[in-house]
Amino acid sequence: MSVMEERAGIGNTPYKPLKSRRRSVWASIKRDRYLYLLGLPGLICLILFKYVPMWGVIIAFQNYSPFLGFGASEWVGMEHFQRLFANPDFAVLFRNTLAINLMGLFLFFPVPIILALMMNEVRQQVFKRVVQSIVYLPHFLSWVIIAGLTFTMFATGEGLVNKVLEQWGLSRVEWLTTPGYFWAFLTGQSIWKEAGWGTIIFLAAIAGVDPQQYEAARMDGASRLRQIWHITLPAIRNVVVILLILRMGNMMDVGFEQVFLMQNSLVSSVSEVFDTYVYRVGIQQSEFSYSTAVGLFKSVVGLILVMGSNYLAKKFGNEGFF
Amino acid sequence: MKESFSEKLFNYTNLGLLLLIGLVSLFPFYYIIVVSFTDSKSFISNSLTLYPKNFTLDAYRYIFSTKTFTNSLGVSAYLAVVGTALSLIVSAAFGYMVSRKRLYGRKFFMIALVITLLFNPGIIPHYLLIKEMGLMNSTWSIILPGLLSAWNAILLKTFFDGIPESLEESAFIDGANDIRIFFQIILPLSLPALAAFGLFFAVGYWNTFFQAVMYITDSTKWPLQVLLQAMLVESSTGIADAGVASQMASEQQVTPEIIKMAAIVVATVPILLVYPFLQKHFAKGVMLGSVKG
Repeated sequence: MSVMEERAGIGNTPYKPLKSRRRSVWASIKRDRYLYLLGLPGLICLILFKYVPMWGVIIAFQNYSPFLGFGASEWVGMEHFQRLFANPDFAVLFRNTLAINLMGLFLFFPVPIILALMMNEVRQQVFKRVVQSIVYLPHFLSWVIIAGLTFTMFATGEGLVNKVLEQWGLSRVEWLTTPGYFWAFLTGQSIWKEAGWGTIIFLAAIAGVDPQQYEAARMDGASRLRQIWHITLPAIRNVVVILLILRMGNMMDVGFEQVFLMQNSLVSSVSEVFDTYVYRVGIQQSEFSYSTAVGLFKSVVGLILVMGSNYLAKKFGNEGFF
Repeated sequence: MKESFSEKLFNYTNLGLLLLIGLVSLFPFYYIIVVSFTDSKSFISNSLTLYPKNFTLDAYRYIFSTKTFTNSLGVSAYLAVVGTALSLIVSAAFGYMVSRKRLYGRKFFMIALVITLLFNPGIIPHYLLIKEMGLMNSTWSIILPGLLSAWNAILLKTFFDGIPESLEESAFIDGANDIRIFFQIILPLSLPALAAFGLFFAVGYWNTFFQAVMYITDSTKWPLQVLLQAMLVESSTGIADAGVASQMASEQQVTPEIIKMAAIVVATVPILLVYPFLQKHFAKGVMLGSVKG
């Protein structure tokens, strides 16, 4: 701490502007050449791993052949997109993606808010901190582990829940291979993994409330629930609205790993989403051009949704995200 | 102030519910740990295992004696250490560069960074790129694309924004260049933030699954998560019974279920170990950022 402060103190010396005479652009670049050099590795990564693949989407308009490469592959225009829209799979992919997201919106989204409100009402600081540490923890586990834990609990053979059901004289339930349960399982997993972590932002917003407001409300005889309703909730309303809008922007995204790990042949009718479809068709069946077209369609719709939600966020009087 | 009855009721209900939520969050961990220490006979004969019966280390002894598991553990540890160190340097250096207001083209770099957050070309172009670069079956296929994490670079930039440029002035006068200043002044000054981001990177690399599934087909080079998937998922839905865990188990007198539990425990322990540090540093980093900004 002392070192940090000491060093930070250097920054408090009066700001001396760089030599104020007008410099040409070239002189400025030359002056900062070592700064550019610092950023160079990152810049190379940015171009190579982010922008080259963006250029790579042109194969969605080709019949890409790995032997011919980008340059020599045959151009086919919108053929792959037409194939996608004509495919009966398309409606299923769209429905599943949307359904999983809507389930998340209605069932997952309110949980961190409620959890944050509850944690905020805890007066015992130690208890609060312990609960926080516990509910944050699952966020750091991989989806593979989460899937493994889900199987441990719900598998038909050795799953704990089915063992308990059997102990009680009830029959076992095929939790993981029944299509009707699939979306609920995904939502439940998301809640278990991320709801606690999601409280951080709401707790931060709540922390900004002036304690005097609660004091005043208590003098007026407001119960704790009324204080939550009239003081705490309005205080986090902006954050809630922003996160809600942001979520709207991600309606096309379903975590690939989560769905991929929970998929099995018996639930494929409800579990195939755009991302898993692209993986299966593109990488496992090597249909590069068609699957790139599918991915591009998803990305463009996603981009429109994100831009739209950013516009909405700005309309709500916030800065927007970019 | 004396609490009224309704006040008390509210408090205890709230505490009770939170306690319940905490237990639900923890229970799966508790259960797998218990099972992983239970011996096979008790696990099969007793349908419910809620405390370790006939404590044994068989499952752990077994998984650590297999080459598959120790190999994967090594790959994941390598990814976490090398990947984190490189990502941290590259992302922080880039974030630092765009945080310096005097830099010509700064806005251009920022826009270039933000665009990558908005538009994702999908997995196939990435896959083809890695293939073209000849990185298939190499750990570089996982490390290189992650070196510049746009999101983390932006957060690091926001953190560096709080460090005034005048801080570098005296070092400039003493003849140090930006690279020296970055490594000898800025980085040491940013240790709490670096610790937080480093641990986030480390958790990310440790949890890498999807990229490894795409790029690493050679099972001797699988990181832990891919091996775990083969052990846990492929054999757990009751459809494919010939999973890795049952293969492992048939060679030994340990039930596949118990081997799976032990594997989950081993894969989770590193995270549990870094987690307290992560929390501490994260809080510190955030506070430092707010004090300076």
